[in-house]
Amino acid sequence: MIAPGDGWIREEQHGIAGKSTHLNGYPTIEKYMQPFRGVDYLLVDSLFNEEELLVRQTARQFVEDRLMPVIRDCYRDARFPSELIPEMARLGFLGANLEGYGCAGMSNVEYGLIMQELERGDSGLRSFVSVQGALVMYPIYAYGSEQQKQHWLPRLQSGEAIGCFGLTEPGFGSNPAGMKTTARRVGECWVLNGEKTWITNGTASQVAVVWARTDDGIRGFLVEKGTPGYTTSDIHGKWSMRASVTSSLAFADCKIPSANMLPGAKGLKGPLSCLSQARYGIGWGVIGAAMDCYETARQYSIIRKQFDDKPIASHQLVQEKLAWMITEITKAQLLAVHAGRLKDQRKIEPAHISMLKRNNVAIALECARLSRDLLGANGITDEFPIMRHLCNLETVKTYEGTDHIHALVIGERVTGVAAYK
Amino acid sequence: MKIVVCIKQVPSRDSVLRVNAAGTWIQDADLTYEINEPDAYALEEGLQLKEKQGGEVVALCAGPAGAAQTIREALAKGADRALHIEEENLGAYDPLALARLMAAALTAEKPDLVLTGLQSDDLGYGQTGVILAQLLGVPHATIIMQVEKQEGGIRVKRELEDGWFQHVEMPLPALLTIQSGINKLRYATLMGIKKAKTKEVKRLTAAELGVAPEATIRFARIYLPEKSKHTQILEGAPKEAAAKLVEKLKFEARVL
Repeated sequence: MIAPGDGWIREEQHGIAGKSTHLNGYPTIEKYMQPFRGVDYLLVDSLFNEEELLVRQTARQFVEDRLMPVIRDCYRDARFPSELIPEMARLGFLGANLEGYGCAGMSNVEYGLIMQELERGDSGLRSFVSVQGALVMYPIYAYGSEQQKQHWLPRLQSGEAIGCFGLTEPGFGSNPAGMKTTARRVGECWVLNGEKTWITNGTASQVAVVWARTDDGIRGFLVEKGTPGYTTSDIHGKWSMRASVTSSLAFADCKIPSANMLPGAKGLKGPLSCLSQARYGIGWGVIGAAMDCYETARQYSIIRKQFDDKPIASHQLVQEKLAWMITEITKAQLLAVHAGRLKDQRKIEPAHISMLKRNNVAIALECARLSRDLLGANGITDEFPIMRHLCNLETVKTYEGTDHIHALVIGERVTGVAAYK
Repeated sequence: MKIVVCIKQVPSRDSVLRVNAAGTWIQDADLTYEINEPDAYALEEGLQLKEKQGGEVVALCAGPAGAAQTIREALAKGADRALHIEEENLGAYDPLALARLMAAALTAEKPDLVLTGLQSDDLGYGQTGVILAQLLGVPHATIIMQVEKQEGGIRVKRELEDGWFQHVEMPLPALLTIQSGINKLRYATLMGIKKAKTKEVKRLTAAELGVAPEATIRFARIYLPEKSKHTQILEGAPKEAAAKLVEKLKFEARVL
């Protein structure tokens, strides 16, 4: 055929406006679901400034474009999507609320919004970023020597190095003060012996922040991958956090240079301050998981018809569940924003963060269960994200201070009486 | 190369649109806004050209005070500075009036290349860009799918219809209206968002620009599409139903 005009050519390339919008075959109900656009019942967005909204937009778009297409298969195959690390690093997600050393210097509210969006995708992705930033970069940033900071922080920020945090032991979870791992001073070295478990990113890490008992109390150490006497293995058989690496670390006469001790951290308050950072991020993150469950159930209830060709959203029992969820999500958002503002003003205390973590995880878990219920049998399949969030949130309820322990922290705060023992 | 990218803020594509009480526009109190989609691609094209050729990208936005959010996004993605023609109710102006405002804002800039989206997602005139080219006295090309810098100008690829494209060579300065999908959009990095706080946004008003646009457009009524088709089921034995159908096709639809 002769070109009808000057310079005309025929090709198979179109802009978005020219693309075909025809659906092939009969789409399933899943295909009618809208992409995630956030949940805002009470104009909570009016509490965020321009920068905060842009940060959330970047994280939300990244999760939608990069994680959502792969997360179902990752979860089935028990694989962490490590291919996303370089781009998350480039966007500034790793150690986002730290200043300098290549870090983005975000406020705590901006950091929280990133966690929310990542966990809207999957708790495993949020856990990776939480551990890298709050449990590895933060202790080096807060307690490390200048040399340790110069060496590790740029590498950890850029994703060139991955880190993990070794506090929990097989016999000591909620009671870290009982830890059995020891570090003994031998000449210019420290010699570590003991075992750590339930360590996120363990086998994937180039460096482990390990807490051990010394003659001088509990101290933190940087142990590099490949150090003789240091071995790692993965924990298999998880029905939760399947898109996250969970490992055990073992130290058998593991000798490290004395310069690898964190000079600024002495006693349990070192690791506990890291946990406060991470728990703060969880308090935001689980809102994302709750939003995803609620929004899936809300959209589903409008599409799904059952009696008299009417959507199940027309039933009072369904509406009551949606009303409960949106109310609890809104309260969780307000709690998180307020905690974030307090943290930015350096007024937040660990007992405040306990309330944030405990409440928000609990309502997120309940939202996941109610949403699963509203989807009926469809709710148990991996066509929808709900069962995945539900299983993940069972872990989130336990890790970084269990629901029970945080209740006791709040109880101690209001009564002055500690009930841990 | 100095590149000006014209961006517009529009209601988010998946907003729940409700007509306001007066029936003249959509309820905008609880709407969320975003950058007009083709404009996002125009901005990306401008940023990529700057990265290859060097120079500067200036974002130009005409819109209400709330459009500052969209301007901030352009700066966070890498625009060097921005011009904000801050006027409320610009929807009442036709594309000519709007292009006059934008041309006035650009007289001091003397850009080598002006990029706009091919049309807006809300009003969709598709005219503002080409009128702006006329007012600036520069050549233009529309629905652009590819831009290459070459000796003495640029070579662009236009999307036509039915799989046809056209290559055009043109001198600079010039104006292009960009088609969605021409490139891959970048995210604003957290560092970029932080840096955007320190970038210059120059605010201009119609009065300062010496342009007194007239409100030429009045929306008489806005309404959701009204259902006008009805389905009829023809009952009875197949023979009778077929006879009824033929009768309807002959006398009502008049297609037989």
